[in-house]
Amino acid sequence: MRLRRLLAEAVVPTVTLLAVLLAWEAATRAFHIPNFVIPAPSAILGEGWAWRYRFLGHTWVTLYETLGGFALSMGVGVPLAVIIVYSPALRRALYPLIVLMQSVPKIAIAPVLLLVLGHGEFPKVIVAFLVAFFPVVVDTATGLAATPPELLDLSRSYRASAFKTFVKVRLPMAMPFIFAGAKVAITLSVIGAVVGEFVGSDEGLGYVILSATSYWKTELAFSSMILLSVMAIVLFGAVSLVERLACPWLAPAGEE
Amino acid sequence: MIRLDHVDKTYRTRRGDLVHAVEDVTLEVGDNEFVTLVGASGCGKSTLLKLVAGLTPATRGVIRIGDETVHEPFPDVGFVFQQPVLLPWRSVLDNVLFSVEMLGLDPRQYRKQAGDLLELTGLGGFETKYPRELSGGMQQRVAICRALLPDPSLLLMDEPFGALDAMTREEMSLELLRIWEERRKTILFVTHSIPEAILLADRVVVMTPRPGRIARVLTVDLPRPRTMDVEFDPRFKAASDEVRGLIFAGRTPGR
Repeated sequence: MRLRRLLAEAVVPTVTLLAVLLAWEAATRAFHIPNFVIPAPSAILGEGWAWRYRFLGHTWVTLYETLGGFALSMGVGVPLAVIIVYSPALRRALYPLIVLMQSVPKIAIAPVLLLVLGHGEFPKVIVAFLVAFFPVVVDTATGLAATPPELLDLSRSYRASAFKTFVKVRLPMAMPFIFAGAKVAITLSVIGAVVGEFVGSDEGLGYVILSATSYWKTELAFSSMILLSVMAIVLFGAVSLVERLACPWLAPAGEE
Repeated sequence: MIRLDHVDKTYRTRRGDLVHAVEDVTLEVGDNEFVTLVGASGCGKSTLLKLVAGLTPATRGVIRIGDETVHEPFPDVGFVFQQPVLLPWRSVLDNVLFSVEMLGLDPRQYRKQAGDLLELTGLGGFETKYPRELSGGMQQRVAICRALLPDPSLLLMDEPFGALDAMTREEMSLELLRIWEERRKTILFVTHSIPEAILLADRVVVMTPRPGRIARVLTVDLPRPRTMDVEFDPRFKAASDEVRGLIFAGRTPGR
Protein backbone atom coordinates (compact mmCIF):
# COMPACT_ATOMS: atom_id res chain seq x y z
CA MET A 1 0.00 0.00 0.00
CA ARG A 2 2.73 2.39 1.05
CA LEU A 3 4.89 1.39 -1.88
CA ARG A 4 1.99 1.97 -4.24
CA ARG A 5 1.36 5.42 -2.83
CA LEU A 6 5.06 6.24 -3.05
CA LEU A 7 5.15 5.05 -6.66
CA ALA A 8 2.10 7.09 -7.53
CA GLU A 9 3.63 10.15 -5.89
CA ALA A 10 6.92 9.72 -7.72
CA VAL A 11 5.64 8.44 -11.04
CA VAL A 12 2.96 11.04 -11.77
CA PRO A 13 5.20 14.13 -11.56
CA THR A 14 8.04 12.38 -13.41
CA VAL A 15 5.78 11.39 -16.26
CA THR A 16 4.34 14.90 -16.42
CA LEU A 17 7.80 16.44 -16.54
CA LEU A 18 8.93 14.06 -19.29
CA ALA A 19 5.80 14.84 -21.28
CA VAL A 20 6.45 18.58 -21.02
CA LEU A 21 10.08 18.12 -22.10
CA LEU A 22 9.05 15.95 -25.05
CA ALA A 23 6.44 18.48 -26.18
CA TRP A 24 9.05 21.22 -25.85
CA GLU A 25 11.60 19.27 -27.88
CA ALA A 26 9.00 18.47 -30.52
CA ALA A 27 7.83 22.10 -30.71
CA THR A 28 11.34 23.54 -31.19
CA ARG A 29 11.98 21.03 -33.99
CA ALA A 30 8.58 21.34 -35.67
CA PHE A 31 8.60 25.13 -35.77
CA HIS A 32 12.36 25.45 -36.38
CA ILE A 33 12.83 27.68 -33.38
CA PRO A 34 16.51 28.71 -33.28
CA ASN A 35 18.49 27.67 -30.19
CA PHE A 36 19.29 31.24 -29.21
CA VAL A 37 15.59 32.02 -28.89
CA ILE A 38 14.35 28.92 -27.08
CA PRO A 39 16.84 26.04 -27.04
CA ALA A 40 15.60 22.47 -27.23
CA PRO A 41 16.02 20.38 -24.08
CA SER A 42 18.49 18.18 -25.90
CA ALA A 43 20.60 21.25 -26.78
CA ILE A 44 20.51 22.42 -23.14
CA LEU A 45 21.56 18.99 -21.95
CA GLY A 46 24.30 18.75 -24.55
CA GLU A 47 25.72 22.17 -23.72
CA GLY A 48 25.56 21.40 -20.00
CA TRP A 49 27.44 18.18 -20.54
CA ALA A 50 30.10 19.92 -22.62
CA TRP A 51 30.53 22.46 -19.81
CA ARG A 52 30.53 19.92 -16.99
CA TYR A 53 34.08 20.58 -15.75
CA ARG A 54 33.85 24.35 -15.98
CA PHE A 55 30.45 24.22 -14.27
CA LEU A 56 32.02 22.53 -11.26
CA GLY A 57 34.05 25.61 -10.45
CA HIS A 58 31.20 28.05 -11.08
CA THR A 59 28.74 25.99 -9.02
CA TRP A 60 31.21 25.85 -6.18
CA VAL A 61 31.57 29.66 -6.17
CA THR A 62 27.80 30.26 -6.13
CA LEU A 63 27.28 27.54 -3.50
CA TYR A 64 29.97 29.12 -1.36
CA GLU A 65 28.39 32.58 -1.63
CA THR A 66 24.92 31.17 -0.94
CA LEU A 67 25.98 29.22 2.13
CA GLY A 68 27.99 32.17 3.39
CA GLY A 69 24.97 34.48 3.05
CA PHE A 70 22.70 31.91 4.66
CA ALA A 71 25.04 31.29 7.60
CA LEU A 72 25.40 35.01 8.14
CA SER A 73 21.62 35.57 7.98
CA MET A 74 21.05 32.88 10.61
CA GLY A 75 23.99 33.99 12.74
CA VAL A 76 22.84 37.60 12.73
CA GLY A 77 19.08 37.10 12.36
CA VAL A 78 18.44 34.76 15.29
CA PRO A 79 20.36 36.78 17.92
CA LEU A 80 18.79 39.97 16.57
CA ALA A 81 15.32 38.46 17.03
CA VAL A 82 16.22 37.45 20.60
CA ILE A 83 17.30 41.03 21.34
CA ILE A 84 14.11 42.42 19.81
CA VAL A 85 11.89 40.10 21.82
CA TYR A 86 13.67 40.59 25.14
CA SER A 87 14.33 44.33 25.08
CA PRO A 88 11.46 46.69 24.28
CA ALA A 89 13.90 49.61 24.11
CA LEU A 90 16.15 47.92 21.57
CA ARG A 91 13.09 46.75 19.68
CA ARG A 92 11.97 50.33 19.26
CA ALA A 93 15.46 51.30 18.18
CA LEU A 94 16.21 48.40 15.83
CA TYR A 95 12.92 47.34 14.32
CA PRO A 96 12.40 50.39 12.07
CA LEU A 97 15.99 50.05 10.86
CA ILE A 98 15.46 46.39 9.99
CA VAL A 99 12.26 47.16 8.14
CA LEU A 100 13.98 50.02 6.34
CA MET A 101 16.81 47.72 5.30
CA GLN A 102 14.29 45.22 4.06
CA SER A 103 12.37 47.79 2.04
CA VAL A 104 15.42 48.92 0.06
CA PRO A 105 15.42 46.87 -3.16
CA LYS A 106 18.46 44.62 -2.96
CA ILE A 107 19.10 44.88 -6.67
CA ALA A 108 19.44 48.61 -6.16
CA ILE A 109 21.82 48.26 -3.27
CA ALA A 110 24.01 45.57 -4.86
CA PRO A 111 26.01 47.87 -7.20
CA VAL A 112 26.73 50.24 -4.34
CA LEU A 113 27.83 47.37 -2.12
CA LEU A 114 30.12 46.00 -4.77
CA LEU A 115 31.56 49.46 -5.23
CA VAL A 116 32.28 49.72 -1.52
CA LEU A 117 33.38 46.15 -0.83
CA GLY A 118 35.21 45.51 -4.05
CA HIS A 119 35.55 42.37 -6.08
CA GLY A 120 35.48 38.73 -5.11
CA GLU A 121 33.07 36.54 -3.24
CA PHE A 122 32.66 38.52 -0.05
CA PRO A 123 30.34 41.26 -1.44
CA LYS A 124 28.09 38.54 -2.91
CA VAL A 125 27.92 36.89 0.50
CA ILE A 126 26.78 40.21 1.89
CA VAL A 127 24.12 40.66 -0.79
CA ALA A 128 22.85 37.11 -0.13
CA PHE A 129 22.78 37.89 3.59
CA LEU A 130 20.84 41.12 3.04
CA VAL A 131 18.26 39.36 0.91
CA ALA A 132 17.86 36.42 3.30
CA PHE A 133 18.07 37.73 6.84
CA PHE A 134 14.69 39.47 7.16
CA PRO A 135 12.47 36.36 7.26
CA VAL A 136 14.86 34.84 9.81
CA VAL A 137 14.46 37.81 12.14
CA VAL A 138 10.69 38.04 11.72
CA ASP A 139 10.01 34.31 12.05
CA THR A 140 12.33 33.85 15.03
CA ALA A 141 10.83 36.86 16.80
CA THR A 142 7.32 35.56 16.13
CA GLY A 143 8.28 32.14 17.45
CA LEU A 144 9.85 33.51 20.62
CA ALA A 145 6.82 35.71 21.25
CA ALA A 146 4.47 32.78 20.75
CA THR A 147 5.48 30.97 23.97
CA PRO A 148 2.25 30.22 25.84
CA PRO A 149 2.00 32.73 28.71
CA GLU A 150 1.12 29.87 31.05
CA LEU A 151 4.55 28.34 30.49
CA LEU A 152 6.19 31.67 31.30
CA ASP A 153 4.09 31.92 34.47
CA LEU A 154 5.03 28.37 35.36
CA SER A 155 8.74 29.08 34.93
CA ARG A 156 8.43 32.25 36.92
CA SER A 157 6.55 30.54 39.73
CA TYR A 158 9.47 28.09 40.02
CA ARG A 159 11.81 31.09 40.14
CA ALA A 160 13.69 29.87 37.10
CA SER A 161 16.09 32.45 35.64
CA ALA A 162 15.27 34.19 32.36
CA PHE A 163 18.21 32.42 30.76
CA LYS A 164 17.00 29.00 31.89
CA THR A 165 13.50 29.76 30.64
CA PHE A 166 14.98 30.83 27.32
CA VAL A 167 17.06 27.68 26.89
CA LYS A 168 14.53 25.16 28.19
CA VAL A 169 11.26 26.68 27.00
CA ARG A 170 11.29 29.63 24.64
CA LEU A 171 14.04 28.65 22.20
CA PRO A 172 12.83 25.08 21.62
CA MET A 173 9.25 26.38 21.38
CA ALA A 174 10.41 28.73 18.61
CA MET A 175 12.26 26.02 16.66
CA PRO A 176 9.50 25.38 14.08
CA PHE A 177 9.35 29.13 13.40
CA ILE A 178 13.14 29.40 13.14
CA PHE A 179 13.20 26.56 10.63
CA ALA A 180 10.38 28.16 8.66
CA GLY A 181 12.56 31.27 8.44
CA ALA A 182 15.62 29.19 7.54
CA LYS A 183 13.79 27.50 4.67
CA VAL A 184 12.85 30.85 3.18
CA ALA A 185 16.34 32.21 3.84
CA ILE A 186 18.17 29.39 2.06
CA THR A 187 16.23 29.91 -1.18
CA LEU A 188 16.57 33.70 -0.90
CA SER A 189 20.32 33.30 -0.38
CA VAL A 190 20.59 31.65 -3.80
CA ILE A 191 18.79 34.63 -5.31
CA GLY A 192 21.02 37.04 -3.39
CA ALA A 193 24.20 35.34 -4.58
CA VAL A 194 23.03 35.45 -8.22
CA VAL A 195 22.02 39.12 -7.93
CA GLY A 196 25.48 39.86 -6.57
CA GLU A 197 27.07 38.01 -9.49
CA PHE A 198 24.90 39.81 -12.02
CA VAL A 199 26.13 43.15 -10.83
CA GLY A 200 29.78 42.38 -11.23
CA SER A 201 31.77 39.16 -11.21
CA ASP A 202 33.80 36.83 -13.38
CA GLU A 203 32.74 33.55 -11.89
CA GLY A 204 29.66 31.78 -10.54
CA LEU A 205 26.48 30.48 -12.16
CA GLY A 206 24.94 33.96 -12.27
CA TYR A 207 27.98 35.20 -14.15
CA VAL A 208 27.65 32.27 -16.60
CA ILE A 209 24.03 33.20 -17.32
CA LEU A 210 24.89 36.83 -17.89
CA SER A 211 27.85 36.21 -20.17
CA ALA A 212 26.07 33.38 -22.03
CA THR A 213 23.11 35.58 -22.90
CA SER A 214 25.38 38.36 -24.14
CA TYR A 215 26.93 35.88 -26.57
CA TRP A 216 23.51 34.50 -27.64
CA LYS A 217 24.35 31.17 -26.02
CA THR A 218 20.89 30.68 -24.62
CA GLU A 219 21.31 26.93 -24.13
CA LEU A 220 24.24 27.58 -21.80
CA ALA A 221 22.16 30.10 -19.84
CA PHE A 222 19.42 27.50 -19.52
CA SER A 223 21.73 24.76 -18.27
CA SER A 224 23.15 27.21 -15.74
CA MET A 225 19.61 28.07 -14.61
CA ILE A 226 18.80 24.39 -14.17
CA LEU A 227 21.91 23.92 -12.07
CA LEU A 228 20.87 26.88 -9.90
CA SER A 229 17.38 25.41 -9.40
CA VAL A 230 18.81 22.01 -8.51
CA MET A 231 21.13 23.69 -6.04
CA ALA A 232 18.25 25.60 -4.44
CA ILE A 233 16.14 22.43 -4.17
CA VAL A 234 18.99 20.40 -2.66
CA LEU A 235 19.75 23.15 -0.13
CA PHE A 236 16.07 23.45 0.79
CA GLY A 237 15.94 19.68 1.23
CA ALA A 238 19.02 19.81 3.43
CA VAL A 239 17.44 22.40 5.72
CA SER A 240 14.25 20.32 5.90
CA LEU A 241 16.35 17.28 6.80
CA VAL A 242 18.13 19.14 9.57
CA GLU A 243 14.73 20.27 10.85
CA ARG A 244 13.50 16.68 10.89
CA LEU A 245 16.60 15.60 12.82
CA ALA A 246 16.61 18.55 15.22
CA CYS A 247 12.85 18.55 15.91
CA PRO A 248 11.73 14.92 15.71
CA TRP A 249 8.61 15.81 17.69
CA LEU A 250 7.16 17.76 14.78
CA ALA A 251 4.96 15.69 12.55
CA PRO A 252 5.93 16.34 8.94
CA ALA A 253 3.39 18.53 7.18
CA GLY A 254 0.52 16.62 5.65
CA GLU A 255 0.68 13.69 8.05
CA GLU A 256 -1.88 12.98 10.79
CA MET B 1 -2.91 28.15 55.92
CA ILE B 2 -3.44 30.81 53.28
CA ARG B 3 -4.71 34.16 54.36
CA LEU B 4 -5.86 36.96 52.09
CA ASP B 5 -6.50 40.17 53.96
CA HIS B 6 -8.45 42.95 52.18
CA VAL B 7 -6.71 42.28 48.89
CA ASP B 8 -7.25 44.65 45.97
CA LYS B 9 -5.88 44.29 42.49
CA THR B 10 -6.30 47.04 39.95
CA TYR B 11 -4.45 47.38 36.69
CA ARG B 12 -4.52 49.55 33.65
CA THR B 13 -5.40 48.19 30.25
CA ARG B 14 -3.41 49.24 27.19
CA ARG B 15 -6.02 51.87 26.48
CA GLY B 16 -5.42 53.31 29.94
CA ASP B 17 -8.68 52.17 31.54
CA LEU B 18 -8.49 51.21 35.18
CA VAL B 19 -9.78 47.70 35.88
CA HIS B 20 -10.71 46.50 39.34
CA ALA B 21 -9.93 42.83 38.88
CA VAL B 22 -10.20 41.99 42.57
CA GLU B 23 -11.68 44.17 45.29
CA ASP B 24 -11.48 43.76 49.02
CA VAL B 25 -11.07 40.00 49.10
CA THR B 26 -10.61 38.47 52.52
CA LEU B 27 -10.34 34.71 52.65
CA GLU B 28 -8.77 32.02 54.76
CA VAL B 29 -8.00 28.59 53.41
CA GLY B 30 -6.98 25.89 55.85
CA ASP B 31 -4.24 23.32 55.33
CA ASN B 32 -5.31 20.45 53.05
CA GLU B 33 -8.59 22.18 52.36
CA PHE B 34 -10.17 21.94 48.91
CA VAL B 35 -11.65 25.34 47.98
CA THR B 36 -13.27 26.09 44.64
CA LEU B 37 -13.75 29.57 43.19
CA VAL B 38 -16.77 29.90 40.98
CA GLY B 39 -18.23 32.86 39.11
CA ALA B 40 -18.86 34.41 35.73
CA SER B 41 -16.03 35.46 33.42
CA GLY B 42 -14.16 38.54 34.53
CA CYS B 43 -14.86 38.10 38.24
CA GLY B 44 -11.16 37.96 39.08
CA LYS B 45 -10.91 34.25 39.86
CA SER B 46 -7.78 33.72 37.80
CA THR B 47 -6.23 36.95 39.04
CA LEU B 48 -6.74 35.70 42.57
CA LEU B 49 -4.71 32.56 41.81
CA LYS B 50 -1.92 34.66 40.32
CA LEU B 51 -1.93 36.86 43.41
CA VAL B 52 -1.61 33.85 45.70
CA ALA B 53 1.24 32.44 43.58
CA GLY B 54 3.02 35.79 43.78
CA LEU B 55 3.06 36.15 40.02
CA THR B 56 1.47 39.58 40.25
CA PRO B 57 1.62 41.94 43.21
CA ALA B 58 -1.50 43.00 45.09
CA THR B 59 -2.39 46.69 44.79
CA ARG B 60 -3.50 46.69 48.41
CA GLY B 61 -3.81 44.14 51.19
CA VAL B 62 -1.66 41.27 52.39
CA ILE B 63 -1.39 37.66 51.25
CA ARG B 64 0.23 35.18 53.58
CA ILE B 65 1.01 31.53 53.02
CA GLY B 66 1.92 29.92 56.36
CA ASP B 67 4.21 32.44 58.06
CA GLU B 68 5.42 34.02 54.84
CA THR B 69 4.08 37.13 53.19
CA VAL B 70 3.85 36.66 49.45
CA HIS B 71 5.50 39.39 47.42
CA GLU B 72 7.46 37.44 44.84
CA PRO B 73 6.83 34.15 43.03
CA PHE B 74 6.21 31.55 45.68
CA PRO B 75 7.84 28.28 44.60
CA ASP B 76 5.95 25.96 46.95
CA VAL B 77 2.91 25.92 44.65
CA GLY B 78 1.90 23.75 41.75
CA PHE B 79 0.05 25.34 38.83
CA VAL B 80 -2.38 23.60 36.49
CA PHE B 81 -3.93 25.64 33.68
CA GLN B 82 -6.86 25.20 31.34
CA GLN B 83 -4.46 24.05 28.63
CA PRO B 84 -1.94 21.35 29.58
CA VAL B 85 0.91 23.44 28.04
CA LEU B 86 3.29 20.49 27.87
CA LEU B 87 6.59 20.72 26.05
CA PRO B 88 6.05 18.89 22.75
CA TRP B 89 9.69 17.85 22.39
CA ARG B 90 9.77 16.09 25.74
CA SER B 91 8.50 12.63 26.58
CA VAL B 92 5.75 12.28 29.16
CA LEU B 93 8.28 11.45 31.87
CA ASP B 94 10.51 14.41 30.99
CA ASN B 95 7.48 16.70 30.98
CA VAL B 96 6.69 15.62 34.52
CA LEU B 97 10.32 16.22 35.51
CA PHE B 98 10.18 19.76 34.04
CA SER B 99 8.93 21.23 37.32
CA VAL B 100 11.80 19.97 39.47
CA GLU B 101 14.24 20.94 36.74
CA MET B 102 12.98 24.52 36.69
CA LEU B 103 13.17 24.57 40.49
CA GLY B 104 16.88 23.83 40.13
CA LEU B 105 16.67 20.32 41.56
CA ASP B 106 18.33 17.25 40.12
CA PRO B 107 15.73 15.53 37.91
CA ARG B 108 17.53 12.18 38.13
CA GLN B 109 16.58 11.92 41.79
CA TYR B 110 12.89 12.39 40.94
CA ARG B 111 12.54 9.79 38.21
CA LYS B 112 11.05 7.18 40.50
CA GLN B 113 8.59 9.60 42.08
CA ALA B 114 7.59 10.83 38.63
CA GLY B 115 6.94 7.24 37.60
CA ASP B 116 4.87 6.67 40.74
CA LEU B 117 2.78 9.76 40.00
CA LEU B 118 2.15 8.64 36.44
CA GLU B 119 1.11 5.26 37.84
CA LEU B 120 -1.22 7.00 40.30
CA THR B 121 -2.90 8.99 37.54
CA GLY B 122 -3.33 5.96 35.30
CA LEU B 123 -0.49 6.85 32.93
CA GLY B 124 1.81 3.95 33.83
CA GLY B 125 3.48 2.71 30.66
CA PHE B 126 3.18 6.06 28.86
CA GLU B 127 6.51 7.43 30.14
CA THR B 128 8.23 7.44 26.76
CA LYS B 129 5.27 8.70 24.72
CA TYR B 130 5.15 12.24 23.39
CA PRO B 131 2.34 14.68 24.27
CA ARG B 132 0.88 14.64 20.77
CA GLU B 133 0.32 10.90 21.12
CA LEU B 134 -1.97 11.47 24.12
CA SER B 135 -5.60 12.53 24.36
CA GLY B 136 -6.53 15.88 25.92
CA GLY B 137 -7.50 14.24 29.22
CA MET B 138 -4.24 12.31 29.38
CA GLN B 139 -2.22 15.44 28.62
CA GLN B 140 -3.96 17.21 31.48
CA ARG B 141 -3.06 14.30 33.77
CA VAL B 142 0.58 14.79 32.79
CA ALA B 143 0.24 18.48 33.66
CA ILE B 144 -1.17 17.51 37.07
CA CYS B 145 1.73 15.10 37.65
CA ARG B 146 4.15 17.88 36.71
CA ALA B 147 2.55 20.17 39.29
CA LEU B 148 2.53 17.46 41.97
CA LEU B 149 6.10 16.20 41.52
CA PRO B 150 7.92 18.77 43.73
CA ASP B 151 5.25 17.95 46.35
CA PRO B 152 4.03 21.53 46.84
CA SER B 153 1.83 22.28 49.82
CA LEU B 154 -0.54 24.27 47.62
CA LEU B 155 -2.06 23.39 44.28
CA LEU B 156 -3.53 26.20 42.15
CA MET B 157 -5.82 25.01 39.39
CA ASP B 158 -7.19 27.46 36.84
CA GLU B 159 -10.14 25.78 35.10
CA PRO B 160 -8.02 22.66 34.59
CA PHE B 161 -10.85 20.64 33.05
CA GLY B 162 -12.41 23.54 31.13
CA ALA B 163 -11.05 22.44 27.76
CA LEU B 164 -12.13 18.79 28.12
CA ASP B 165 -15.32 17.20 26.88
CA ALA B 166 -18.12 16.68 29.42
CA MET B 167 -17.50 12.98 29.98
CA THR B 168 -13.74 13.25 30.40
CA ARG B 169 -14.39 16.18 32.65
CA GLU B 170 -16.49 14.20 35.15
CA GLU B 171 -13.96 11.41 35.09
CA MET B 172 -11.12 13.83 35.78
CA SER B 173 -12.98 15.46 38.68
CA LEU B 174 -13.37 12.12 40.44
CA GLU B 175 -9.77 11.27 39.59
CA LEU B 176 -8.59 14.51 41.16
CA LEU B 177 -10.57 13.75 44.32
CA ARG B 178 -8.97 10.31 44.49
CA ILE B 179 -5.47 11.80 44.09
CA TRP B 180 -6.25 14.41 46.69
CA GLU B 181 -7.44 11.74 49.18
CA GLU B 182 -4.13 9.98 48.66
CA ARG B 183 -1.84 13.03 48.67
CA ARG B 184 -3.46 15.69 50.76
CA LYS B 185 -2.74 19.28 49.74
CA THR B 186 -4.42 22.62 49.89
CA ILE B 187 -6.17 23.16 46.58
CA LEU B 188 -7.53 26.39 45.13
CA PHE B 189 -9.59 25.44 42.10
CA VAL B 190 -11.15 27.93 39.67
CA THR B 191 -14.09 26.78 37.59
CA HIS B 192 -17.06 27.99 35.56
CA SER B 193 -19.03 24.88 36.35
CA ILE B 194 -21.31 25.02 39.40
CA PRO B 195 -21.70 21.22 39.73
CA GLU B 196 -17.97 20.77 39.45
CA ALA B 197 -17.37 23.42 42.11
CA ILE B 198 -19.70 21.69 44.55
CA LEU B 199 -18.65 18.13 43.77
CA LEU B 200 -15.02 18.88 44.56
CA ALA B 201 -15.04 21.40 47.36
CA ASP B 202 -15.02 21.61 51.10
CA ARG B 203 -16.00 25.22 50.57
CA VAL B 204 -17.19 27.09 47.48
CA VAL B 205 -16.23 30.74 47.07
CA VAL B 206 -18.81 32.48 44.89
CA MET B 207 -17.48 35.58 43.14
CA THR B 208 -19.24 38.35 41.25
CA PRO B 209 -17.66 40.41 38.48
CA ARG B 210 -16.72 44.08 37.98
CA PRO B 211 -15.28 44.55 40.49
CA GLY B 212 -14.30 40.98 41.39
CA ARG B 213 -15.67 40.38 44.85
CA ILE B 214 -16.55 37.47 47.06
CA ALA B 215 -20.33 37.22 47.19
CA ARG B 216 -20.44 34.36 49.66
CA VAL B 217 -18.47 31.39 50.92
CA LEU B 218 -20.50 28.19 51.17
CA THR B 219 -19.50 25.14 53.16
CA VAL B 220 -20.35 21.99 51.24
CA ASP B 221 -21.80 19.54 53.69
CA LEU B 222 -21.52 16.34 51.70
CA PRO B 223 -19.80 13.14 52.85
CA ARG B 224 -16.48 12.07 51.38
CA PRO B 225 -15.32 10.15 49.45
CA ARG B 226 -17.73 11.47 46.86
CA THR B 227 -18.94 9.90 43.64
CA MET B 228 -21.14 11.30 40.89
CA ASP B 229 -24.09 10.06 42.99
CA VAL B 230 -23.80 13.08 45.28
CA GLU B 231 -25.58 15.01 42.54
CA PHE B 232 -28.76 13.26 43.61
CA ASP B 233 -28.31 14.34 47.24
CA PRO B 234 -30.83 17.09 48.10
CA ARG B 235 -28.01 19.03 49.79
CA PHE B 236 -26.17 19.12 46.44
CA LYS B 237 -29.24 20.58 44.77
CA ALA B 238 -29.72 23.12 47.54
CA ALA B 239 -26.09 24.23 47.28
CA SER B 240 -26.13 24.56 43.51
CA ASP B 241 -29.38 26.53 43.64
CA GLU B 242 -27.81 28.90 46.12
CA VAL B 243 -24.65 29.36 44.02
CA ARG B 244 -26.71 29.87 40.88
CA GLY B 245 -28.85 32.44 42.68
CA LEU B 246 -25.77 34.40 43.78
CA ILE B 247 -24.14 34.35 40.36
CA PHE B 248 -27.24 35.37 38.47
CA ALA B 249 -28.52 37.87 41.05
CA GLY B 250 -28.83 41.30 39.51
CA ARG B 251 -28.76 39.93 35.99
CA THR B 252 -31.71 40.39 33.71
CA PRO B 253 -32.99 36.99 32.68
CA GLY B 254 -32.68 36.19 29.04
CA ARG B 255 -29.70 38.44 28.50
